[in-house]
Amino acid sequence: MPRRYYNVLLPLLSGALAFAVWQVVCLLLDEDHRFLLPAPLAVLAALRDEWPVLSHAALNTAQGALLGFALAVVISFTLALALASARWVRASFYPYLMLLQMTPVILFVPMLVIWVGPGLPSVSLITFLICFFPLVVNTTQGLVSADRLLVELFRMYRATRWQEMWRLRVPAALPYFFTGLRIAATLAPIGAVVGDYSAGSSAGDGGGLGFRAVIYGSTAKYPALFATAAVTCALGFVLVAAVLALSQLTLGRWHDSYAQKDN
Amino acid sequence: MHPASAIVELRGVAKNFGGGPPVLADISLTARRGEFTSFIGPSGCGKSTLLRLIAGLTDATAGEVRVDGRTPAQAAAELAFVFQEPTLLPWLNVAHNVEIPDKLRGIPAAARAAHRAAALALVGLAGRESAYPRQLSGGQKMRVSLARALTLAPKILLLDEPFGALDEMSRERLQEELLAIRAQQGWTAFFVTHSVAEAVFLSDRVFVISAQPGRLRAEIAVPLASPRTAETRLSRDYQDLVVEVTRRLRAVKTFAA
Ligand SMILES: Nc1ncnc2c1ncn2[C@@H]1O[C@H](COP(=O)(O)OP(=O)(O)OP(=O)(O)O)[C@@H](O)[C@H]1O
Ligand SMILES: [Mg+2]
Repeated sequence: MPRRYYNVLLPLLSGALAFAVWQVVCLLLDEDHRFLLPAPLAVLAALRDEWPVLSHAALNTAQGALLGFALAVVISFTLALALASARWVRASFYPYLMLLQMTPVILFVPMLVIWVGPGLPSVSLITFLICFFPLVVNTTQGLVSADRLLVELFRMYRATRWQEMWRLRVPAALPYFFTGLRIAATLAPIGAVVGDYSAGSSAGDGGGLGFRAVIYGSTAKYPALFATAAVTCALGFVLVAAVLALSQLTLGRWHDSYAQKDN
Repeated sequence: MHPASAIVELRGVAKNFGGGPPVLADISLTARRGEFTSFIGPSGCGKSTLLRLIAGLTDATAGEVRVDGRTPAQAAAELAFVFQEPTLLPWLNVAHNVEIPDKLRGIPAAARAAHRAAALALVGLAGRESAYPRQLSGGQKMRVSLARALTLAPKILLLDEPFGALDEMSRERLQEELLAIRAQQGWTAFFVTHSVAEAVFLSDRVFVISAQPGRLRAEIAVPLASPRTAETRLSRDYQDLVVEVTRRLRAVKTFAA
């Protein structure tokens, strides 16, 4: 069977099967408990009914997610350059970065809201905090693990530190950077929704997907809650796909694991 | 040997890393301008370290290394190094890889292109400028690596087992090409190898190094006529020299054991 059938048809089949089983299970539940697990068809209906509200909320969330993500990329890259350019900087700060990575950011949300205000500022700040660590850790790792012989070669050619960084370390770090970017892209919409869940605001623009989830959850509109989750997944999917396309564009010609087969 | 023609001089050079045991001890040698010198010896005896000392990639613990009358660091512009692996930048195509040394030294684009074209022609890779390293065979990558070293028109070329990873046929062809390029460019070469045949074929002089610590145990002159070709390998003189070096090498290995 040709490859594309495998990669398209089989996931579609397994998805449809899961969908059907889930629908049947819901139909088998008795009347009183049916609301506990919304059936897929009910979720689709909610998605349709709530679309005007959800799409608006999705735009707000996407805005927060993208802002936090972009901020995380710029700041983590700058910090990684600093960490990679001097051993003492790395020794002083890298252990704490690893430690901070473990911090459950969510615990500080109430405080962050007071710092920067509710809505977009705190949503993007939380997204930033969640995306930042995988990016800085991966990029730094990439910058310092350039091939030792290549580094020696550059030293023999009397390359300046600037040349060594930009012509050798940065390109060598790109595959690592993109790994971090992919993780961050997965986390960004989740971060934005979690942030919005606890720090969103209906003031002005009606809040984001997290805020919708608060409302649907407290009013037991579970099909709409599932629809909200589906929209969040879709946001993540778009962002990850964009990152993958970008990495393919950047690394496709030279990096083995990104290169097309047979070329 | 006329002192004026000396280009590389090592006097009483010793090397140890940190507080470790001596890796090289009492190395003294003089290489004449244009001479081809090989080092052969058991694994770990310090051959790479010796090349790195001459290249200025590491400093001697004792003794003195002079290149063209200066320290290796001062003479950096005259030196080029070819590693055992091709060490190409995988994100650059062949043309850009070969131009990298010039680029790092701020040489203008026109001159860079001229150097690159000449070097790629020498190694027989003209026309492959736009290929990426992953699209090349092992032998082709090694040629690119050699071309890159040649763009600098070095006075001294240091080669650390450059053909070690190649099959016998590519290896012999590259050896012949290397000598042909040398005939045109006239650099002084230091060559590390594990292959006695390769050392004899290429060199004017072969040094056998013993291990722990590395010392120059034997010096064998190779007075074979130039140009050396595939025919040379069949000659009696060549084969006698291979036997001679093999004996000396075996003596060193038994000595170490
Ligand atoms: N940077 C280093 N730090 C500590 N020890 C080193 C270092 N480089 C080399 N050595 C040691 O010096 C000795 C000689 O190493 P070297 O690489 O020069 O050997 P070699 O003759 O080139 O071996 P091979 O034929 O396997 O390449 C080895 O025992 C090695 O462990
Ligand atoms: Mg070695």
